[in-house]
Amino acid sequence: MALERLFRRKRPSGENRDVPELWTKCEGCGASLYKKELRENLLVCPKCGHHHRLPASERVAMLADPGTFQETTRLAPLDPLGFVDTKPYAERLRAYQGETGRKDAILGGTCAIGGVPAVLLVMDYAFAGGSMGSVVGEEIARGAEKAAAEGRALVIVAASGGARMQEAALSLMQMAKTVMSLDRLWERRLPYVSILTDPTTGGVTASFAALADVIFAEPGALIGFAGPRVIRQTIRQELPEGFQRAEFLLKHGMVDRVTDRRKLKAEVVRVLRHLHPGVPYAPGV
Amino acid sequence: MPLEFEKPILELEKRIQELKETAKATGVDLEAEVRLLEERLARLKGEIYGNLTPWQRVQLARAQGRPTTLDVLEKAFQDFLELHGDRAFADDPAIVGGLAYLEGQKVVVVGHQKGRDTKENLQRNFGMPHPEGYRKAMRLMDLADRFGYPFLAFIDTPGAYPGVSAEERGQAWVIAQSIQRMSRLRVPTIALILGEGGSGGALAIGVANRVLILENAWYSVISPESCAAILWRDAKEAPKAAEALKLTAQDLLAQGVVDAIVPEPEGGAHKDPEGAIRNIKEALLKTLEELKGLSPEALYQDRYRRFRALGAYAES
Ligand SMILES: [Zn+2]
Repeated sequence: MALERLFRRKRPSGENRDVPELWTKCEGCGASLYKKELRENLLVCPKCGHHHRLPASERVAMLADPGTFQETTRLAPLDPLGFVDTKPYAERLRAYQGETGRKDAILGGTCAIGGVPAVLLVMDYAFAGGSMGSVVGEEIARGAEKAAAEGRALVIVAASGGARMQEAALSLMQMAKTVMSLDRLWERRLPYVSILTDPTTGGVTASFAALADVIFAEPGALIGFAGPRVIRQTIRQELPEGFQRAEFLLKHGMVDRVTDRRKLKAEVVRVLRHLHPGVPYAPGV
Repeated sequence: MPLEFEKPILELEKRIQELKETAKATGVDLEAEVRLLEERLARLKGEIYGNLTPWQRVQLARAQGRPTTLDVLEKAFQDFLELHGDRAFADDPAIVGGLAYLEGQKVVVVGHQKGRDTKENLQRNFGMPHPEGYRKAMRLMDLADRFGYPFLAFIDTPGAYPGVSAEERGQAWVIAQSIQRMSRLRVPTIALILGEGGSGGALAIGVANRVLILENAWYSVISPESCAAILWRDAKEAPKAAEALKLTAQDLLAQGVVDAIVPEPEGGAHKDPEGAIRNIKEALLKTLEELKGLSPEALYQDRYRRFRALGAYAES
């Protein structure tokens, strides 16, 4: 294969890594990167630090201690309203399921994180933009309740455009459902850590994702309530540089830490070990 | 400004009025003609109001003259005393609240407030709250909880304000907090959707033991215009989006999102605001009565179960 052919096709993200090309282009700085190296860096560009979107399964592999993850997510979506826009919702669901091999936009289960028993829930942006409908809402509520019942910490990795339009008011109600389910953790004094990744907006930010004991955000992640396009239309002017990015949120007091993905697990473990009442004092782990 | 679909009715009403005036002025007996037109008017009203499309209801929900939160607080309640401010940054005129009596019962009230004319609408930001508004609402929730008085919320917003200042001050965070605060109250809570129930900005004060809705109000995850702009790539397809979103009172009752529908006078609440407010008062009193026997803990659990049960999915 001629070398120039390896460089020709620009991949939209790191999600197509399994194609046999060896090189890819950084979405941040445009540098050509050896894929293996990018993967070893958890899809963070070694040159500019740009955080590419990490597929849900790799997020689980990155956070869960090796060999401990047991998937519990199992619900499948319905089409309760018979929603049809330019395409039927049922058809869109089948397409997303075909593309991702997942029933809906969430992957979760039990695991250990740095030895701390946890329920880990990861939203999958590749499935309908990570949108929250009935399945995502119910899986999160069940995850919180399971964590409470079994004395586990709860860790949720958010990546979502918000509530899912095609389930309309029922999607909206998932905001209330997920928020309320967190009470079970409060009652048992179990920690809840939220990790906001690119992008996290709308009804997901405005419900469970914002209510964690400790909130991490990944560098450069777009995080907010309204999307930038909507805001631009409302105020009819360009948005300031860095608006709604993780660093902006840190500055405005909305998140606890903006942490490089390559150091994220270590910091999450420190928080979980500190907060979980069942873990004894163990500095420097 | 009359709504487009109201025009044939208004024209016929005008003709009947003219005919009556002519009869009076000239002394000619036009009673038969008037009766004929009145019969036709009744049929026309039945046809139009009996077959309202979701999009027409959305227009009714936004109609000028429809009762706002302050109209309800002034007319259905006694001694409403408005309380201002979020104790942190500002007073948001898009959310109002305070102390009131409902037939002698002490209650704490809050609600989105739209303007009743253009000038007031600008001042109230068209009922689109900033974070301060939700912080004020939370402060009033705490007040209700502390004294054990029922907390009543009136929903009427196109949505929380999508602007730079709102984002800077944590719009998503306060909505999440408000949902949480309201869900944890140990007092009877009722939310009533008066007009527009736009997304998280509406839900933030909608996590109640009982959720009521006026007959022509709407409640959904997104406005029909925004939904159309995203899914159809054209905001003008809003009527189709209104249909698809199943956002009418009847649809929401079927989904379990609301518990009861409060009837509106014929033609919509803006035709007879006083009549609509009477119905609202009656519904609130009835609902408060239903919640009366529940202990503080039972009220919390009742609310938890109510929202925990919402959603449609398949086990597999
Ligand atoms: Zn780079």
